[in-house]
Amino acid sequence: MLTTDIILTWIHDFDKKISEKKDYLSELDTPIGDGDHGNNLARGAEAIEAALNKETPADATAALRAIAMALVSKVGGASGALYGTAFLEMAKTSRDTTKTADLLAAGLAGLQKRGGATTGEKTMIDVWAPVVTATKGGQLTQKIIDDAVAATKPMRATKGRASYVGDSSIGHLDPGAVSSGYLFTSLLEAGGAK
Amino acid sequence: MKKIMNDPKNIVAEMVEGMVRAYPQFVERLPETEALVRSDKSSMTGKVGLISGGGSGHEPTHAGFIGEGMLSAAVCGQVFTSPTPDQIYAAIKAADQGKGVFMVIKNYSGDVMNFDMAKDMADLDGIEVKSITVDDDIAVENSTFTQGRRGVAGTIFMHKILGAAADQGASLTELETLAKKVLPNIKTIAVALSGATVPEVGKPGFTLADDELEYGVGIHGEPGYRKEKMRPSKDLVKELLGKLKAAFNYQAGDKFAVLVNGMGATPLMEQFVFMRDVLNQLKDEGVNVAFTKVGNYMTSLDMAGVSLTLFKLTDDSWLDNLNYPVNTIAWTQK
Ligand SMILES: Nc1ncnc2c1ncn2[C@@H]1O[C@H](COP(=O)(O)OP(=O)(O)OP(=O)(O)O)[C@@H](O)[C@H]1O
Ligand SMILES: [Mg+2]
Repeated sequence: MLTTDIILTWIHDFDKKISEKKDYLSELDTPIGDGDHGNNLARGAEAIEAALNKETPADATAALRAIAMALVSKVGGASGALYGTAFLEMAKTSRDTTKTADLLAAGLAGLQKRGGATTGEKTMIDVWAPVVTATKGGQLTQKIIDDAVAATKPMRATKGRASYVGDSSIGHLDPGAVSSGYLFTSLLEAGGAK
Repeated sequence: MKKIMNDPKNIVAEMVEGMVRAYPQFVERLPETEALVRSDKSSMTGKVGLISGGGSGHEPTHAGFIGEGMLSAAVCGQVFTSPTPDQIYAAIKAADQGKGVFMVIKNYSGDVMNFDMAKDMADLDGIEVKSITVDDDIAVENSTFTQGRRGVAGTIFMHKILGAAADQGASLTELETLAKKVLPNIKTIAVALSGATVPEVGKPGFTLADDELEYGVGIHGEPGYRKEKMRPSKDLVKELLGKLKAAFNYQAGDKFAVLVNGMGATPLMEQFVFMRDVLNQLKDEGVNVAFTKVGNYMTSLDMAGVSLTLFKLTDDSWLDNLNYPVNTIAWTQK
């Protein structure tokens, strides 16, 4: 269940992880992308913190919307549009339900609509999809998240910048998958996965 | 890294401020954005708005092409990162004169998604928006299993053709038809001599040995298709024109516009030498060159190298559009 408190704990922790791992995420983005993923998300994390500090959200919908707007307006790049759309869809769905699985499923649907990718294309979808499935069964674990992230390593990218390097994308973790891994680890730690 | 800057975090905002204050006759900043709009509003009245944008670091692209006969507005994203939808939306609103807005997008997943979101926002306002996604870089295989070809220097020909048409009163639908017709006739390929350093990263995106070059590199340092030892200009031309010849399958008598574009750190002297060699080879092949342009138009920060764009002029009116009067920071013509 995603209450306002859980959402805030979740996101504060995610923002902290992003600022700690900023350089690592950009390094992952260098061989198969353009080396900006960590910087992009760090800008987003800062903007989320600023927005939430400025005004304490009244409910879960307001919290998710504030997060979405900070991401949409400050991140840029593919990941800004994607994470922004995911949180916007979660915000919309949160008017009807607080069930984590339903909210994450709405987020995933938004990602797929925006980016047109499916599983196996070496993107953040490869983490979101198994996490949504596991959450539906009430069984999200750290191992499921870690395995999903690790599974992007042998994949060949067919969407996003990494697709430009073709076969050379094989053997590298997808940066967006890694950052999504942090997102779900934070969710698990905040007690929001149930 | 040695760069003339203050805090790398503010480099785009400070560049935009410098640009607006240096050239107030051409561009104005939209409040609280890094989006710029034409200062001369009367030149936009009654016409379809034409906007573009993308990551910064490619100056003078895109804001340097704002002005009568070219773009109405442009959005500057962070360095090498596509701009955000709210800023693109602000540019759409500023460009709209009730006739709709046409967007020129370069084919990168980030740009495509963010412009798409901005279009969704404009739809809600009842502003009609259409777009073209430029993918002129032939270094990349065009397959349904990748993002497809990237948008590079040929984009400025698209700006010029559409800008001239919009200025002459073309409708939104006419611009779309024109853009689709022009698109497959613009192709580009580059050679890099050194990589670009993103200010916030502090080291080059790729490195080449002192005597090494790389063919097919993208404008964000995307890897090319082959590295080899440095060679004379004529040989570089032979390699790049060979690729373009294969892509167009051009014949003696075909008519082209040619753009030699500096990547940022290559002197104009070298660009003119390169253009000379391009023109020599095209002459030998019997190709008719009807329009030429040399200079730094679609740069990649401090990358050294050049790109070569050929634009096949299969329609006579396209040459008129290239020669049509334009008044911008980076391209002026009476
Ligand atoms: N079509 C897509 N669908 C889902 N995820 C995608 C898609 N394209 C890219 N991604 C994800 O985005 C991540 C890259 O995000 P990043 O912030 O580096 O943006 P970017 O691709 O560099 O954008 P830009 O080209 O505008 O700079 C990838 O690792 C991948 O997980
Ligand atoms: Mg990137």
